[in-house]
Amino acid sequence: MYTPHTERDIAQMLQAVGVDSLDALLRVPDAVKLRERLDVVPALPETEIVRRFEELARMNAGASCVSFLGAGSYRHYAPPAITALAMRGEFLTAYTPYQAEVSQGYLQAIYEWQTYICLLTGMDIANASVYDGATALAEAAIMAINANGRQKILVSRAVHPNYRAVLKTYCDGLDVAIEELPIAEDGTTDLRELARLAASKEYACVALQSPNFFGVIDTPGAAEQAASKASGTVLVAVVAEALSLGALQAPSQWGAEIVAGEAQSFGVPMAYGGPYVGFIASTKEHLRRIPGRLAGKTVDSNGKEGYVLTLQAREQHIRRERATSNICTNQAHCALIATMYLALVGKTGLRDVAAANLERTRELAEAVDAIDGCSLHFTAPHFNEIVVCVHQPAKHALAKLEQRGILGGVDLGRYYPEYANCILMAATEMTTTQDIQLLTKALHEVVHVHARV
Amino acid sequence: MSTPVSDQTASPLIFESGQDGRANRYFSRGKQLSEFLPREALREDLPIPDNSEMDVVRHFTRLSQRTFGIDVGFYPLGSCTMKYNPRVNDAMASLPALRDLHPYTPDAFAQGALRIMWELERSLCSLFGMAAFSLNPAAGAHAELAALLIAKAYFKSRGETRRDKVIVPDTAHGTNPASAAMCGFKVISLKSDKRGRVSVDELKKHLGADTAVCMMTNPNTLGLFEDHVHEITRAVHEAGGLCYYDGANANALMGNARPGDMGFDLMHLNLHKTFTIPHGGGGAGAGPLGVVKQLVDFLPTPYVRKKNDSFVLDFDVPKSIGPMRSFWSNFAHIVRALAYIYANGAEGLTKVSQLAVLNANYLRVKIREFLETPYDETCRHEFVASAQELKKATAVRALDIAKALLDRGYMAPTIYFPLIVPECLMIEPTETESKETLDAFVDALRDIVETAKRDPEQILAAPVTTVVGRLDETRAARQPDLRWYPSP
Repeated sequence: MYTPHTERDIAQMLQAVGVDSLDALLRVPDAVKLRERLDVVPALPETEIVRRFEELARMNAGASCVSFLGAGSYRHYAPPAITALAMRGEFLTAYTPYQAEVSQGYLQAIYEWQTYICLLTGMDIANASVYDGATALAEAAIMAINANGRQKILVSRAVHPNYRAVLKTYCDGLDVAIEELPIAEDGTTDLRELARLAASKEYACVALQSPNFFGVIDTPGAAEQAASKASGTVLVAVVAEALSLGALQAPSQWGAEIVAGEAQSFGVPMAYGGPYVGFIASTKEHLRRIPGRLAGKTVDSNGKEGYVLTLQAREQHIRRERATSNICTNQAHCALIATMYLALVGKTGLRDVAAANLERTRELAEAVDAIDGCSLHFTAPHFNEIVVCVHQPAKHALAKLEQRGILGGVDLGRYYPEYANCILMAATEMTTTQDIQLLTKALHEVVHVHARV
Repeated sequence: MSTPVSDQTASPLIFESGQDGRANRYFSRGKQLSEFLPREALREDLPIPDNSEMDVVRHFTRLSQRTFGIDVGFYPLGSCTMKYNPRVNDAMASLPALRDLHPYTPDAFAQGALRIMWELERSLCSLFGMAAFSLNPAAGAHAELAALLIAKAYFKSRGETRRDKVIVPDTAHGTNPASAAMCGFKVISLKSDKRGRVSVDELKKHLGADTAVCMMTNPNTLGLFEDHVHEITRAVHEAGGLCYYDGANANALMGNARPGDMGFDLMHLNLHKTFTIPHGGGGAGAGPLGVVKQLVDFLPTPYVRKKNDSFVLDFDVPKSIGPMRSFWSNFAHIVRALAYIYANGAEGLTKVSQLAVLNANYLRVKIREFLETPYDETCRHEFVASAQELKKATAVRALDIAKALLDRGYMAPTIYFPLIVPECLMIEPTETESKETLDAFVDALRDIVETAKRDPEQILAAPVTTVVGRLDETRAARQPDLRWYPSP
């Protein structure tokens, strides 16, 4: 129970308070009294708790399978130094650093995180984090809506389907309409209509993801950037695989005013979907509209440098219904992990790991493309994911791979009916040649059997 | 002015250290990016430093030494429930087959994870009297937003589109009105009565055909139980509205009374408060959202369902407001919370809130000997004290008391909240603190008040033992310095 009270303590404390029982302290009106027997999991000693969770963990066969799953959550190497540092109780058990004088370490780490995100995205400012990549996109859209007051937004269909779904959830609340840009044959976003749509000046923003959901590098050309800028349509860049920033152009170089991203790849475990860490970075024009916490540098009463949470007048605890967002608790500890990751790998490591992802993905692509009955669906350059057409419903092929202990990827038919024969596969620096051989052997059997039937 | 203390834990910004050629060897070397991608797709520079692992370890170890957590000392931060975070919970969340599970793992290959989610959901339903919980929201405010989206969708499904008002007491957390605004609702702030509670008569003046939701915290942020809660929820229901329970203060009643029995239709819990998840310096948290039967179909997707003896993630819920986040839940925290419930069982959790309330009342009766406690009656898990009289006599304010506590090795209480109490100190000890710790805290606080009366300058100069003194927040806001820049 983690309570230190002895019977004697309880008796003394009750006496000090002047009541005769614990029940008397918690008395509630009859009308709202607890009348039901509570049905929760049984109390266990710690030895049994460990046994119970080990048993539950064994029921997750997927954790030990050969896996090519990606699609917004990636298996990357995390140096063990991260866990050793991040699990220090001073970091782990701190609250939001409201009392700056005893939170200088954490505040400095947030300032370092904000800097890393700025350096990677090419933006002027970044916040202390939001929940994840999807909510980062939703919050970025709200920033754009607040910037130009327009009530419609444009999103590429090649943006992560879950991100688009969350965007819709948020936009439904604000009565904002979403329109989607189609996907071109090579796997990039079809931007031919962008200039015309932007010129209507009806759209608060246009959101493009690169690498997009299909792993394809998907950035607008100079003409589209100019059209969106000229019309006051905020270009929002979505980055679902932050590791790609170690190799690819910073979104600032392709015209982004706001970058909404997910930094799970920087040392944060996949953990069946969370917690992850979203980030929002932007040009300085959007400073007063950025949601959530910001750490800033200042001086103390002796002129010594120090850090505080700043520009809090944007936030819910000060501004209430006029705040830029309702976010309070963010993902500070995951951002701390990502900061540690970036500090440890440095620019050399980040380039090396990006190169390793490209190398393993090329090996996967070549191996799969060589199989009769499999083909690469998109031709545009990609980062660490590929779309493989198996010329049969992807979900059937994946089920057969599962029987062979292989998680082959994500069935694209789940989100795109027109790609129901396609699998989205990811390879990272953790993918081995042996993994790829196991997959190709199994795929060969799967597509071969199908061809015979 | 005080003299600065020695500051051996200082560490320069990570960007100001490191050298090219000092990289750690985590990954294989050799390939050039241009072997794989066209040059125009590649970035030119990446101005981040290469540091040795040892230097990085030392840097963050020092930063940790400049950070105060529950593990360092008593943390009586009101409304934040800073209780001990059991280490076994972290160990369970770190089991490789839980930590390294991909969210797109097919259900059949993730039965353990799904069962963990389901067991937590079922336990929360019973503990709080709800029909179902969604584990989707990432934090309390996120759950509030989801709840209000549900209310909006629910009224729309009934053709009641004129319901656009959300009623929020003036003692409510700031997230309540901010969440309402994010769904386009108009916010009505309700003035508390003399007893620090929602007045049923005052509430009734605002109820009508435009009422959507009434959001309440119970006990409220003064630490007082809303003893008319049943009449309040009944009045809202009679007007056709829904009642929302902000579970930030659930540690005060867990296992002893249930929001469902009080008439609430929607509620959230902060697993990072009541259920011992470490707050991590500002997150990640987890904010399960509970609803009554008629709202279950509107919950965010996916929802964990039990089918015969196995578990599935159900994405096919036509009336759902949709997902609130990229993936299904803050799962590592679901693991931690369930481990905590296993450690307690129903009986243990009931005792937890009883002892949390005992600790708060014990502090209240000790502290009222030297500071006024404006609502002086039996409190729940927290209470408010005020430095108003002290300020008049000595110029020492709540802020100064907070800073003087830092000097004495304590985290400060929440200050200047709730907004209706001048010079407010909101104190929540939690049940994991011993009588000895509480007694020592009372002594420290008494010493501060006595010193303030004798020599206010000493308290006004606090803190003097911390690595920096009071920081210039005005300068931080007027000349924002939010990042480091590489030298050109």
